[in-house]
Amino acid sequence: MLTAQGLACLRGDRLLFKNVGFELNSGGLLYVLGENGSGKSSLLRMLCGLLMPEEGVIFWDSKKVKENAENYLPNLTYIGHLNGLKDDLTALENLQIAARLAGNDASEKKTLAALTAIGIARCANLPARVLSQGQKRRVALATLWITQSKLWILDEPFAALDTASTEVLASRLGEHMANGGMTIVTTHQDVLIGATSTQTLRLGN
Amino acid sequence: MKSAWLTVLKRDLLLALRRQSDIATTLFFFVIVSSLFPLGIGPEPAVLSSIAPGVLWVAALLAGMISLSRLFAADFADGSLEQMLLAPQSLALLVTAKIFAHWLVCGLPVVLLAPFIGLQYALPNDAILMLVYSLLLGTPALSLIGAIGAALTLGVRGSGLLVALLVLPLYIPALIFGAGAVAASQHGMSAQAHLSLLAACSLLALVLAPLATAAALRISAE
Repeated sequence: MLTAQGLACLRGDRLLFKNVGFELNSGGLLYVLGENGSGKSSLLRMLCGLLMPEEGVIFWDSKKVKENAENYLPNLTYIGHLNGLKDDLTALENLQIAARLAGNDASEKKTLAALTAIGIARCANLPARVLSQGQKRRVALATLWITQSKLWILDEPFAALDTASTEVLASRLGEHMANGGMTIVTTHQDVLIGATSTQTLRLGN
Repeated sequence: MKSAWLTVLKRDLLLALRRQSDIATTLFFFVIVSSLFPLGIGPEPAVLSSIAPGVLWVAALLAGMISLSRLFAADFADGSLEQMLLAPQSLALLVTAKIFAHWLVCGLPVVLLAPFIGLQYALPNDAILMLVYSLLLGTPALSLIGAIGAALTLGVRGSGLLVALLVLPLYIPALIFGAGAVAASQHGMSAQAHLSLLAACSLLALVLAPLATAAALRISAE
């Protein structure tokens, strides 16, 4: 269970948001909405512990995340607006390295299956440099077919994806929530994701 | 834990292998800078061998430094640094893997090239041996200390020059003891004290630098 209380974000001397709170339970989906620059990405980075909140606390299973990072981080998968791919490595190598770094099964069978699932297997041995924006995004998202973590925090996962991949990803998210996972997602697209409970958090005025 | 460390090390070595021009620039910089001095000062063997320890150490130190700004910059730009920060393993540990890879790619080749450059300076054999030995002990400290500077200046405009200003003063102890060891052996004295202090610099850096680098990376990534 992820709980946030009274979060505030200050970037420079501009207050992006304050008093943001929510409670996310097993099987829950949280949409973070808001216009550009309203602090959606900052909120997600805050929830990962990459950004310190100006005010407020975040709890994972009623323990403060800040002091219990070793319990929290293994449960977390974050895909930010940067894909985290190395241009000089192939799609497969990139995925395997990401999986190993997160402590997941990085066997060739598993990683190839993940690339197949998101429909990018034929690019597996191409360097990330030659892939298109959407293809790179899909390689980064393939992690979601490998990871065992409960909480997924995804920043604009549907951006740059084509219709078919959007549907594949949405159904993967639905599957994750059906298995008791949690997802926090920002998006500008209208995508239907199945979840036991869906909340919406709107940032900005 | 060990597998994540090896993953980072292997990834960085693989990347270096795929971008060999990065290694080549460091090495050529070292060769060219250290070759300019004999050309500028003249071929007098006595003069050359007396300036050799200092010049070669300074060249090695500058060569290591020019590659520092690349240590974390690419990871920061493509988002893999974020993933490292969120990895379940301790960040300081993963940072040591990156620094070790940097040393293998930029430090070790300089150590291996140094004897050939030493010949240009008319250094006797035992001084050349001592040069290699002192660089082997000292260059890890350079990579470790440099990583702090690289992490602190991450994402800052004009970071290349800033790293130099931050890091070069911290290199002074390693330079003094390293060049001192070679000079001592040239004069027939024992270099034991210099080498011990140089090793102490490296060990101290090994303990403290990864922690400082990890803290700096967390701040820079905010």
